[in-house]
Amino acid sequence: MPGLGARLGRGGATTTQQSLADSDCIVIMGSNMAENHPVGFRFVLKAKTRGATIIHVDPRFSRTSALADIHVPLRPGTDLAVLGGIINYVLNSERWNSDPFFKEYVTHYTNAPLIVGEEFKDTEELEGLFSGYDPGRRRYNTDSWQFASQPATSAQRQQPQAGSEPERHATGQTGEEGQAVTGNYGSALSHQAEEAEQDHGQTAEPYSAQVVPHAPPLVDMTLQHPRCVFQIVKRHFARYTPELVEQISGVPRDLLITVAETLLQNSGRDRTSAFCYAVAWTQHTIGTQIISCCALLQLLLGNIGRPGGGILALRGHATIQGSTDIPTLYNLLPGYLPMPSTQAGHRSLREYLAAEQSPTGMWFNMPRFMVSLLKAWYGDAATPENDFAYDLLPKISGDYSFEAMIPMMADGVMKGLFCLGQNPAVGGQNAVLVRKALANLDWLVVRDAYEIETAAFWYDSPEVRRGELRPEQIKTEVFFLPAALPGEKEGSFTNTQRLVQWHDKAVEPPGDCRSEPWFLYHLGKRLKELYQDDDTPKGRQIRALTWDYPTKGRYDEPDLEAVLEEINGFTVADGKPVKSFRELADDGSTACGCWIYSGIMPEKGYNRARNRKGDDKAALDWGFSWPNNVRILYNRASADPQGRPWSERKRWIWWDAEQGRWTGYDVPDFPANKPPDYRPPEGARGLDAHAGDKPFVMLPDGRGRLFVPSGLLDGPLPTHYEPWESPVGNLLYPKTPRSPVAPLFERPDNPYHEIGDPRFPYVITTYRLTEHHTAGGMSRTVPWLAELQPEGFVEISPELAAELGIANGDWVVVSTLRGEAEARALVSDRIQPLVIHGRKVHQIGMPWHFGYKGYAQGGIANNLSALIEDPNSRIHEAKSFTCNLRKGRIAREGERPL
Amino acid sequence: MRVVQLLKTHAGRVPNPVSEATRQAHARIRGADVAVSVCPYCAVGCSQLIYTKDGRIIDIEGNYESPINGGTLCPKGAATFGLLTSPLRETRVKYRAPYSDHWEERSLDWVMERIAQLVKQTRDATYEETDEHGVPVNRTLGIGHLGGATLDNEENYLIKKLWTAGLGIVAVENQARI
Amino acid sequence: MSARESQGNGRAGTTGARPGALGFLTDTTLCIGCKACEVACKQWNQLPMDDFGFTGYSYDNTGDLGATTWRHVAFIERVSDREGRRPTRLKAFQSNWLMMSDVCKHCVYAGCLEACPTGAIIRTEFDTVVIQQDICNGCGYCVPACPFGVPALSLTDGKAHKCTLCYDRLKDGLEPACAKACPTDSIQFGPVEQLMERAKRRVADLHTQGVTEAYIYGDREVGGTGGIEGLNAFFILTAPPEVYNLPAQPELPQRKVLPAFLSTAAAALGLGLAALLSLRRR
Repeated sequence: MPGLGARLGRGGATTTQQSLADSDCIVIMGSNMAENHPVGFRFVLKAKTRGATIIHVDPRFSRTSALADIHVPLRPGTDLAVLGGIINYVLNSERWNSDPFFKEYVTHYTNAPLIVGEEFKDTEELEGLFSGYDPGRRRYNTDSWQFASQPATSAQRQQPQAGSEPERHATGQTGEEGQAVTGNYGSALSHQAEEAEQDHGQTAEPYSAQVVPHAPPLVDMTLQHPRCVFQIVKRHFARYTPELVEQISGVPRDLLITVAETLLQNSGRDRTSAFCYAVAWTQHTIGTQIISCCALLQLLLGNIGRPGGGILALRGHATIQGSTDIPTLYNLLPGYLPMPSTQAGHRSLREYLAAEQSPTGMWFNMPRFMVSLLKAWYGDAATPENDFAYDLLPKISGDYSFEAMIPMMADGVMKGLFCLGQNPAVGGQNAVLVRKALANLDWLVVRDAYEIETAAFWYDSPEVRRGELRPEQIKTEVFFLPAALPGEKEGSFTNTQRLVQWHDKAVEPPGDCRSEPWFLYHLGKRLKELYQDDDTPKGRQIRALTWDYPTKGRYDEPDLEAVLEEINGFTVADGKPVKSFRELADDGSTACGCWIYSGIMPEKGYNRARNRKGDDKAALDWGFSWPNNVRILYNRASADPQGRPWSERKRWIWWDAEQGRWTGYDVPDFPANKPPDYRPPEGARGLDAHAGDKPFVMLPDGRGRLFVPSGLLDGPLPTHYEPWESPVGNLLYPKTPRSPVAPLFERPDNPYHEIGDPRFPYVITTYRLTEHHTAGGMSRTVPWLAELQPEGFVEISPELAAELGIANGDWVVVSTLRGEAEARALVSDRIQPLVIHGRKVHQIGMPWHFGYKGYAQGGIANNLSALIEDPNSRIHEAKSFTCNLRKGRIAREGERPL
Repeated sequence: MRVVQLLKTHAGRVPNPVSEATRQAHARIRGADVAVSVCPYCAVGCSQLIYTKDGRIIDIEGNYESPINGGTLCPKGAATFGLLTSPLRETRVKYRAPYSDHWEERSLDWVMERIAQLVKQTRDATYEETDEHGVPVNRTLGIGHLGGATLDNEENYLIKKLWTAGLGIVAVENQARI
Repeated sequence: MSARESQGNGRAGTTGARPGALGFLTDTTLCIGCKACEVACKQWNQLPMDDFGFTGYSYDNTGDLGATTWRHVAFIERVSDREGRRPTRLKAFQSNWLMMSDVCKHCVYAGCLEACPTGAIIRTEFDTVVIQQDICNGCGYCVPACPFGVPALSLTDGKAHKCTLCYDRLKDGLEPACAKACPTDSIQFGPVEQLMERAKRRVADLHTQGVTEAYIYGDREVGGTGGIEGLNAFFILTAPPEVYNLPAQPELPQRKVLPAFLSTAAAALGLGLAALLSLRRR
């Protein structure tokens, strides 16, 4: 989600599924929504029934396309070129330039009027690179991407470059907003010093004093200055003409114009358009920039923060949003605090905060969030004297993302692995290497409801079946612990629209099945005991950890509402839950496990995730939506700069001058009593530094970012680069065909195909089906789902089938330099060859669910994919790479597929 | 022809005998206990009702009250009952010794202790107190973790807290990147 | 007369359904082919998986209605035109990839019920057609008696099975499982009269939105023909019935019995007379 985080402030869907019903145009791109989120799609159909136009941009004609008005086929991996083409058309269109709405939205709510420093050079000038590129390190120095500012006053010392904080931005800044920090903007205006004291404390908050606001930036409200963001954006995308976009993507030029025109006609004061995307945007080496490009377009069209507008990120797993908010991710701490890193100079708490705290905007509060987290984790061992035990928190100094872990295991650096509800033997990229890596572990713990491929790899896998590996050669000690499933345990999921919902327990789990909390809690207890006499740092670390939760039930399950209470935060002295993150302090008097979830349990026994009354317009009493129960993010933008609804039809929240507060259908994602005409006094910090017409509370200046001066590793503006494996070069920038900063894993067991490699002439894309769930552990094992899609298949066009003499239902083998997979051919018009760079390029599609366990089986698509990442999100590229295809089998006739 | 038509239609209206089983038929969730749950598959977040009798799940359906799914479910959500009750579901601990070619039965208590011992062993052997510049890092790269997106928020919290803050395991990852 | 032309007829949208009859409206223009209905049906009715295997026929691997598949979603791909071109501007609400959730039609006059010699098949108080499993002896007479091919004999218990319109759920005032699960309201449940009114409005809406092919299948004009007088589970379709593997003008096979009997009798009589006459001549 860094794409959304970098431009808008938070790495989360900006809108709700229900709000799609209020859309006038919905573009589904990078998602097959009808198939993968069928229930969410009902809101698309509601909009459709009310007359909205539905556009599906996708390489395949899918069940989503079947319900759309327009299907736009494109070559996988060229989404950014298509979006760039739309932006170029929009900026030069008559409607955009004649309807004052667009310029009003853009000048007030985005950084379009800001002037960029003279040193900045765009890709237009450097043949596909931005200024600051270091080819040796394959990295950018972002110094030249900064805004020009007014001369600094003596009080304003130079701040650490935002570019030195890649971790936070790279994973998507996010967080809570909510109400005014001080609660009173009148006094903030007239008694600035007093307010600062009241707000940030004077004695007990030593950390907040470190930051001083930047000098104000130079702006040109006419948007005419040649170095203003607006003009830079316009020049940057000028190259994305319909003709060139057609050459790159295969999208006919008139179709591109139709899409752009439809969006324009359905954006404005009275109309809104929404985008829905999913992992078909993230899984590219430029995935973050594809998403950020969409955010840029939606800002230009004035669609962010408004009902029926926004960007709906569609997640695949029940709490994939939650597992990013409360991250089981190596580079994040809960609430999108960056994980301390030696590379980012986080050697001490002071250095950490100096690098990460922002003088203005929400992140001014970072010390409160961080200190409260340390108090939650290390309790009494965290004191002001020892910097709240910051040293006990481990530090990262490299990439330990999922992809990086695979070589670590294969090379013997990582010796033990826990898999709790994940199936890397099927779901991991370069799955051949994954299984080799598993075989090199000393021990492996798999907790799942079914014996998934990852648990069985030592006696069953394509390698074992082919005789290349035998159990007697594999040293790994393997533990399979059966897991309890929802229904057999309680807890909360955070859905695709940031909505936290609690699920109750219905029955006890069967046999040895236990919940993850049971496993973790009791394992933690045992480990604490094993280390009780160890006074070295590793002993002190585990001993300092607070690990006392009340237990209940037949199996001594930890009480998860007690865990949720810790996540919510409480005052240390009396254990009373905090009502909001505003009560958190940086003096150790509060503890909080994840500040953006503060308010979910505002009092003991009141679990708002368990709220189940959803009959008002925004369903505010159904679950708890972070931040602060806001449903549509940045909803200050649903009103005009003066605080009035843009139109009657699109009203959502607005300024009530009589009551002196924002009101409407939703919780304002804005200080509730900050008037639209509020202007910050000089030296204001935190949210006080944002004017009353700046909706993007997370960002330092409150403006949505058309231009991102820091936080994205591959440039301040989205640029199309070809997938790492592509049949063609980059027509936009021939000298920079591929992402110049994509992290590579160059090793003999992870070879890449060169551009245009004749041995691998076809473009392959991988995807899910309605009937299955991800790596199949929860669906290929369920009879009713297995029978619907019982066997792996590859979708190919009739044209390619004819060329290769393949009939529908024939066995085929797909191959790359990483591996092979066999499957049945499903020949269909729904797949089509496209004309790219003047020649016909065939594409094939392969669902990646299948494996060798469960009822439904089939060749593993990830045997084909490679370890290669997006630099920002460290997400792999499985939506577009190259392959070969032949008729035939790997397994012998009658055998199960490999 | 009218007579023929009457005969035919009349034939169709002759009531057949209603059996006792038919008379007694009723929804099996009549009188069942119900718990409110959330679908464990994708991130749409459909609310589900889990019906139980005598401590056993008898049915799982959509919850009409939900502003998201309004009672509906997709095929995966509708198959949640099958997820919990599939014949392939594992309910016993399994253990495979190094170089062995078969699973063995072990007690939950035994594997918990064994895993705790292995974690300590691997952690102690690979723990780094400082990096090469003497900066405290207090971590181990010897142990990794995968999973979280299918689990609960509270579970993710406990994973991150125990592994990272308690044991210094930094390679903690989930499907968010997959 | 084509299906579309029939919409101009005054009898379009009328049904012989008895007052208060309950049924389904399956609006294929809203179907996304997710098969939630198939699974929800199997879940509620505890039906096993069957016919396990890859068919290569679009995304449909369950094939047909059967003894253990009481809802079935058919997929009909019509993506490219005759020249192999794939259009990009589509008629909304399904045009190039048809999906249709098929089910027992619960005919107003049901062939299966009339054919059943044991009295196992009844018309319920909800005007639905149900096979009573404790009476059915597996004779299979109902199988050819259905013009839609719905009832099927089970290989496990030898009896005939089909959709009950969730008779057990109806008894408790609950919505049938498939209609409840359907995420897009493609399957709607309710009194047939209301559903028919809704269907007529929906077809009119579709026509104004450019989907001029849309029509009701299962009124007295199309599908509810040949003595059936209407389907309590009826459909909105956008292509001729045959495209969905439905008969355009189904008839109750029994309707053919009397004319066939009479003509056979007449023939026999004629033959007899002829024989008599010829004997006489000798």
